[in-house]
Amino acid sequence: MSDELTPDEALNKIDYRPGSGNWMDTTKSVQIRPGMYCYAAKAESVETLGLPNARSWNPLDDDWKLPENWQQIIHEGIKVRLERFRTFKIFMDVCVRCGACADKCHFFLGTGDPKNMPVLRAELLRSVYRNDFTTAGKVLSKIPGGARLGGGRPLTLDVLKEMWYYFFQCTECRRCSVFCPYGIDTAEITIMARELFNLIGLNIDWIATPVSNCYQTGNHLGIQPHAFKDMLDFFVEDIEEITGVNCEPSYQKKGADILFITPSGDVFADPGTYTCQGYLILFKYLKDKYNLDVTWSTYASEGGNFGFFTSHETMKRLNAKMYLEAKRLGVKWILGGECGHMWRVINQYMDTMNGPADFMEVPVNPITGTVFENARSTKMVHICEFTADLIKHGKLELDKSRNANRIVTFHDSCNPARGMGLLDEPRYVIENVCDSFYEMPPNTIREQTFCCGSGAGLNAGENMELRMAGALPRANALKHVHEKYGVNTLATICAIDRAALSTLCEYWVPEAEVYGIHEMVGNALILPGETNRTQDLRMEPLPGFEEEEE
Amino acid sequence: MNQKYLIPLTTVFLLFLVAYTGVEGAGMQWFFGIVFPYLAVLAFLIGFVVKVMGWAASAVPFRIPTTCGQQKSLPWIKQNCIDNPDTASGVFVRMVLEIFLFRSLFRNTKAAFNRNVSNRLSYSWEIFLWLGALAFHYSFLVVLLRHFRFFTSPVPSCLTWLEYFDGIVQLGLPGLFLSGVVLLAATLFLLGRRIFDAKVTYISQAADYFPLFLIIGIAATGIAMRYFTKVDIIGIKTLTMGLATFAPVIPEGVGGLFYGHVFMVSVLFAYFPASKLMHAGGVFLSPTRNMANNTRAKRHVNPWDYDVDVHTYEQYEDHFREKMIEAGLPVDKKE
Repeated sequence: MSDELTPDEALNKIDYRPGSGNWMDTTKSVQIRPGMYCYAAKAESVETLGLPNARSWNPLDDDWKLPENWQQIIHEGIKVRLERFRTFKIFMDVCVRCGACADKCHFFLGTGDPKNMPVLRAELLRSVYRNDFTTAGKVLSKIPGGARLGGGRPLTLDVLKEMWYYFFQCTECRRCSVFCPYGIDTAEITIMARELFNLIGLNIDWIATPVSNCYQTGNHLGIQPHAFKDMLDFFVEDIEEITGVNCEPSYQKKGADILFITPSGDVFADPGTYTCQGYLILFKYLKDKYNLDVTWSTYASEGGNFGFFTSHETMKRLNAKMYLEAKRLGVKWILGGECGHMWRVINQYMDTMNGPADFMEVPVNPITGTVFENARSTKMVHICEFTADLIKHGKLELDKSRNANRIVTFHDSCNPARGMGLLDEPRYVIENVCDSFYEMPPNTIREQTFCCGSGAGLNAGENMELRMAGALPRANALKHVHEKYGVNTLATICAIDRAALSTLCEYWVPEAEVYGIHEMVGNALILPGETNRTQDLRMEPLPGFEEEEE
Repeated sequence: MNQKYLIPLTTVFLLFLVAYTGVEGAGMQWFFGIVFPYLAVLAFLIGFVVKVMGWAASAVPFRIPTTCGQQKSLPWIKQNCIDNPDTASGVFVRMVLEIFLFRSLFRNTKAAFNRNVSNRLSYSWEIFLWLGALAFHYSFLVVLLRHFRFFTSPVPSCLTWLEYFDGIVQLGLPGLFLSGVVLLAATLFLLGRRIFDAKVTYISQAADYFPLFLIIGIAATGIAMRYFTKVDIIGIKTLTMGLATFAPVIPEGVGGLFYGHVFMVSVLFAYFPASKLMHAGGVFLSPTRNMANNTRAKRHVNPWDYDVDVHTYEQYEDHFREKMIEAGLPVDKKE
């Protein structure tokens, strides 16, 4: 869209008044439109995990090459999930359509498309549920016009296509769930819908290929072990050039204290790479000062989990590596990097899926003596919890002035905010590594934070119009603090955010740059024996050294 | 489009007429006053229990509360114990606030986009849905409780107190009950939203209008009986006490209006378990609200968990061994 639609044109399209038509008239309204959908999963990626109906297909084609009995598969799939997930059953039954969620979705706010109102997104599936699974629906469907009166729809190909289109326009951010009087969580409904799609081979490639890569190669980006090490070596060289200190990490070191796992985006894509350098600097510091032994793994080299966007089973299959590797290496506990959905998986799913992690110890920070009680069972600690604890105990020597040119605001990522509640730890770290910090307006942060618009596997290139529309509420709040306080830095703790928000900034607020929190930590942290730094991790002059450069 | 509310509206009229004419014309008092109310209450009780048992029978594989505040973390970081509870007592408080005060709805905001002036998206606090919902539910509760005077003899003093406070404005004769007025006003407000707010119109189904019209019908006939057409209150109490003591009798002199009222109430009862009105039960069981956010501290077990295929380290090393050795990465097997 950045090529086709200017921000101004995108804003002109926004209208929150839905038309007067009946949304159940599916055929008229399903128009899978380029710019708004992601390409279909490649056959070979679906095959890697042995998932059903691997083939080449195109959402724009009439024929989706579905198995002959696809309706039966979906019907059975819904039935099984109603028994397995109380959430699904209750959320199908209790919505009163009060409309409180309607204008809470970033996609609705950015597109004005009424089917992006969370309630209606859920109704797409609920209408099928009502028709096929409720007594009232079954009776009404036998009377002419009855199904419609009861809000039920038989599962036709058009209905399926419409569901597919709109459930891949949800980033599972849970913002609507905060406002729902019954806690109906559209993320949960989207998760179910996507599980159902995967039963008949309807994944998108931006999810399926990372999943396949992660399964085989260890990470979403398919970085092979030697290449993974090459990349970190490259960062080590850069850091040495900037600081004069060699921060070379250890890899799959048996008996290390801590296994560190971060999303592979941090190893591969700017500006996440600078965050990754921040981790390396922090671990070097802790090694030299306190002899803490942190190791990386190329096998478990992915913190993120696109299996979460595929099915519960796929999520479990990818997540299993974290505990398997921790067990093989005999570490005491696991430390996790900055990532969004990774932390929802770790906080709400991992122990249940792949635990108990009884081969590890209750996480204790050996430097401060702090017991991470909240991670007692899962044995995995968020790096912001870890760093905040170190700072609180005065264990890090920080030079804030190196971040003096950064006027910072913080974007709460959806999953750490609404699937965990990690809100004050990152803010504490930010306030200790830089001087200027301003919050965005209260309705756009913390539990009410807005999604970057590209989460849950929608960070592709071909759906840019959708992504930029979904990014609007976040961008709008950022622009506000940019204009009011001169904010030039959007700090975040999510790898997808680092990629997605950079595109968002470029499109909506070109004056702002995206930083990971540990990039700022890396800039501020004074390594033992370092030279007089003149550059930050982006190799741009530090405040006070601008003129020397010229 | 408007058949979504015209059909429910017509249905409610017809329901009333069926009972009215059934009594006035066909003399079917026994059906509308005894048989149908018993059946309706039975349908309500059985339906409600079956529905809730059905939900309870479904598993809760993962602990997935929506966290709306700071988690329990380091000792010096202040946790939001209610919106992000990690203990049963925190969850209890969260649920009490949710069920009795509709806390989530209280947060409601209204988004507005100011194109061409500031191009700013703004969010203002939108309290009317919350107020309307709260007024509706509580006035309905008071009305319901007040009606227990028809099913108890002698009337318990707590009901007399309730009536005293409900009629505290001391207006007119018989004295005006606030709850009835508030109930009708709140229902009309909720209906008005559905008809005039374009977004809500778009999402509304016939199933959203039907209970509203039904409740408006019930309230209107109730108010009519109390304040406008004088009904035989002694006769009515004879009937209701008969129902309550399982010795039903049909008194003389009670007109069709009353039977219309009772029939609509019965329909509401019978309709309840098969409809969205079951949110009354569902709100208690909603896993995003009634669970503690403590899965990292306390293991939660998935009752239907099963083993899955994973890509093991051994498979990985077999695949990449040479490249790993060449890059100087440690391997378990050298060849």
